[in-house]
Amino acid sequence: MTDKDPVVELRDVHKSFGALKVLDGVSLTVARGEVAVIIGRSGSGKSTALRCIDRLEVIDDGEIVVCGHRLTDAKLNLRALRQDVGIVFQSYNLFPHLTVAQNITLAPVSVKRVSRAEALETAQAVLRQVGLQDKADAYPEQLSGGQQQRAAIARSLAMKPKVMLFDEVTSALDPELTAEVLRVMEDLAASGMTMVVVTHEMSFARRIADQLVFMHGGRVRETGPGDILLDPQTPELRQFMSHELHAATR
Amino acid sequence: MELAGVATVAGFVLGTLCAVGLRSGGGMARLCSIYVEAIRNTPLLVQIFLVYFGLASLGLRLSAFVVAVLALTINVAAYTAEIMRAGLDSIPPGQIEAGECLGLSRVQLYWHVLLLPAMERVYPALASQFVLLMLASSVCSQISAEEMTAVANHVQSETFRPFEAFIVLAGLYIVLSVLMRAVFWLLGLALFPRRRRLGTAL
Repeated sequence: MTDKDPVVELRDVHKSFGALKVLDGVSLTVARGEVAVIIGRSGSGKSTALRCIDRLEVIDDGEIVVCGHRLTDAKLNLRALRQDVGIVFQSYNLFPHLTVAQNITLAPVSVKRVSRAEALETAQAVLRQVGLQDKADAYPEQLSGGQQQRAAIARSLAMKPKVMLFDEVTSALDPELTAEVLRVMEDLAASGMTMVVVTHEMSFARRIADQLVFMHGGRVRETGPGDILLDPQTPELRQFMSHELHAATR
Repeated sequence: MELAGVATVAGFVLGTLCAVGLRSGGGMARLCSIYVEAIRNTPLLVQIFLVYFGLASLGLRLSAFVVAVLALTINVAAYTAEIMRAGLDSIPPGQIEAGECLGLSRVQLYWHVLLLPAMERVYPALASQFVLLMLASSVCSQISAEEMTAVANHVQSETFRPFEAFIVLAGLYIVLSVLMRAVFWLLGLALFPRRRRLGTAL
């Protein structure tokens, strides 16, 4: 993985909510096909950093470039940015009044203006990809949490994004359902998708990450391959990992 | 009858626009909220007289029917606005975020993510508001719009049997209400396939 073809680039990004400094000079580069995993305690700024990439939060200072879109540009085409970026949330956010298939075809039909038939074909393909081919006509409330989250991933994939963002997508799921969602994400990573993942699943993070980013207090404290978790260099990461270990053995 | 029908459709459209206006913030929201509060805090009969005599003093000679439709529309739109606003407010912010992140335009977002699900949620409240409107349309006999109550009045003034005339009228209103609820129920099944499929309210 080289830095010469960056899909996502954050340079010295600052962001405050009122008096609370959430991002304090964050820099991060994600190359095409790379999987970046951001870990850290709650409140360390990792979700905010992710949300800034899709401009769900507007930054105070610094620069973000995503798929060639300069996010601080006054003339930024927000809808074009969002067609290039797929995002999956902790709370799924499927549209409850639409079936899974309708959830998936809504944006391709109304935003990208593809034909209904073509959108349905794409829907079938992405549903197969996440293992939900037989759930196309179900409503979200008829699905388990893990199935809903996989449907939400499929909905994002149907827009054929250049980068996928995952914001603690398994935090609301039990271990079994978590595993089925993580499997889908691993398949996706293996298929060459550029991904930025915020997660609390440490062994998953280590497995999947080309680049692991540890955030603490709104800053990137450590970054490197997944194995940095085995040999933390900073006291903060060491402490974070020991908490994780305790949590795992409790 | 058609009085209530026209006012229901027009009032729903106007009220929904008003609900969107209420959420828009700024001057538009203030204007909508003044309208809604003004209507919800005055009696329907007074509103009807205001429209009737107001238009007349402006030199507009409209039929009693048109005036009645106007007044009822203005009335029911305010209540619809409140109901739809509640529905729109019940949509979680995450839904809007998800819609935005799929690249939906503002209009698409409002239609697919906000208005349709909101309507699905508040549909029972809307339906009962419209039945109420149909019943309230009886008041329009006061400006001699030709509707059922006015007819009953004619009957009792010619036959001198007011109790019988009005008990028949009451029976007719019950039949109409039941019919109207049935129509709304069928319409709901057609409009909201999820309700039909799952048989649940939400």
